[in-house]
Amino acid sequence: MEKLTFEFFGGAPVNATRAPALVGVVGSGNLEVLIEPAELGGACAVEILTAARGFGATWKAVLDDFFTRHKLADVRIAINDVGATPAVVALRLDQAVEDFLGGGA
Amino acid sequence: MRDWNTQARNRQARLARAAALARANGGKEVAAADAGALLEAVLEPGDRVCLEGNNQKQADFLARALAELNPEKVHDLHMVQSVLALPEHIDVFERGVASQLDFSFSGPQAGRLAKLVSANQIRIGAIHTYLELFGRYFVDLTPRVSLVCAQAADRAGNLYTGPNTEDTPVIVEATAFKSGIVIAQVNEILDSLPRVDIPGGWVDFVIQSPKPHYIEPLFTRDPAQISEIQVLMAMMAIKGIYAEYEVNRLNHGIGFDTAAIELLLPTYAESLGLKGKICRHWALNPHPALIPAIEAGFVESVHSFGSELGMEAYIRARPDVFFTGPDGSMRSNRALCQAAGHYACDMFIGSTLQIDLAGNSSTATLGRISGFGGAPNMGSDARGRRHASPAWLKAGREARAGRNLIPRGQKLVVQMVETFREHMQPAFVEKLDAWELAESANMDLPPVMIYGEDVTHILTEEGVANLLLCRTDEEREQAIRGVAGYTPVGLGRDRRMVENLRDRGIIRRPEDLGVDKRLATRDLLAARSVKDLVRASGGLYDPPKRFRNW
Repeated sequence: MEKLTFEFFGGAPVNATRAPALVGVVGSGNLEVLIEPAELGGACAVEILTAARGFGATWKAVLDDFFTRHKLADVRIAINDVGATPAVVALRLDQAVEDFLGGGA
Repeated sequence: MRDWNTQARNRQARLARAAALARANGGKEVAAADAGALLEAVLEPGDRVCLEGNNQKQADFLARALAELNPEKVHDLHMVQSVLALPEHIDVFERGVASQLDFSFSGPQAGRLAKLVSANQIRIGAIHTYLELFGRYFVDLTPRVSLVCAQAADRAGNLYTGPNTEDTPVIVEATAFKSGIVIAQVNEILDSLPRVDIPGGWVDFVIQSPKPHYIEPLFTRDPAQISEIQVLMAMMAIKGIYAEYEVNRLNHGIGFDTAAIELLLPTYAESLGLKGKICRHWALNPHPALIPAIEAGFVESVHSFGSELGMEAYIRARPDVFFTGPDGSMRSNRALCQAAGHYACDMFIGSTLQIDLAGNSSTATLGRISGFGGAPNMGSDARGRRHASPAWLKAGREARAGRNLIPRGQKLVVQMVETFREHMQPAFVEKLDAWELAESANMDLPPVMIYGEDVTHILTEEGVANLLLCRTDEEREQAIRGVAGYTPVGLGRDRRMVENLRDRGIIRRPEDLGVDKRLATRDLLAARSVKDLVRASGGLYDPPKRFRNW
């Protein structure tokens, strides 16, 4: 397992009372994404636990694009990855954000 | 005086050596126990031999008999066969019975084939496309002896192939009419056949094999394994390519990517109002995944290369769609369906393992000589085509816009890949593994499945690249990088140029196509399991045991 962390700044804070959203499954080639409000001084923090070592640069590229699409602040994203491809990661992240922001305040 | 009849006299000599083995009854039936003796009697060292290995149906009994021959008596055979599927197909080389090989596809035996080539136990003449190999059967690779496979024979040697006709007609035609010898293994010998697929006059010997021949269910894809990414890509294919080009005559490759498209026709394509406007005529094996689309009324006709295990009763009940004989079962024909797919279809769409910066696509990997399936004939522009259709004309217009060229159409050739395969192997590469394989196996050329100049579109989860609209090599390279996702090739894109290509509609993202990513779930599939397919068929589809989990 490898643990990776990233932080992004410059997003818009989300309502701290929003309910967390959880999408995906912990299964081979898949991943679980938990997204929740957190007091992070305006940061969007991403913590990844991945079964595939050595893909830090790929994660950074996927998350850079994700943050360009969704400028979030004061949000914590926890990812439990079992070797998902970047395509699956990007789709799950988008789904998680949709659930998170689309859900009730 | 030159003797103009050496081949026929040689044939007579071979038949005479085998005469004692054939039973009195018509003189064609040979006991299974005498199979080895028969082969030894009719074969001569150095013979060109076609051992019928198809995609599906296998002359497995004769393959075993051939592999077990004494190499001191029979050796240096030159095997000319489309598919190496069984271990025996490689055993004949390992045991020294054969030494030379011309073929098309070797999927399951690709690793062993590569090993024997590097050990100099197999000399490969060439890796062919199917039509190319069949063509050479009539030019310079005519078999001296062919070992074929059928469902049944009658006493006169007439053969009934049933739905898996496949390569048998082309093999027998080439052999029988050039003074060769045709030996058939059959599952049963009947007094009268349901229909005659091969006339008895073209067949010299018939052996009833102790067990029915093996058939591989090569084209069955369990919908349960289709991913959401594949659903998303299938949506892009339907909306961005099928609808826009009005694709009505097509071939699908093998795999989950195209199975997803088949399963989205009755749902997503229907919701877009595309029924009757796309996907009406197919050159395709009877894919179980096509059942829901057939039942929904999308499909008017299907001609097949071979059949598919478990689809027999369903096909029999849908003769308006499939090509069937008076007995009710399907007649397939690989050579004719390959010709149909090449000349009469407007589109080929299929997956691959690697695509380079010029759009060349290859399934070759180091240590495996796998050859090609049907993709090269399906997935290449038919330069000999002259009839028009909306899809063909539009593709031709796009390729020629702004250039002073005489109008002509072009086939749509779509490569559909996720940017990363399993184990994070990138599908986009700077240099195909095929180059290294060619060097290690001493090939004349890197084995390219589909040449970049024939590829019109590349579809990934990131979007569709329309290569027809590219005007320079640089644009083409950036269009490919622009859909290559987070692979090193994709990350190496010139972002400004890719945005420019997107503005010009050369690259289109799901949102540019109006594809709603939220719909990209497995709920959109018309069948989500093999059991769903059985249900859609009204219980007529009878899947092989390995696909049943209920």
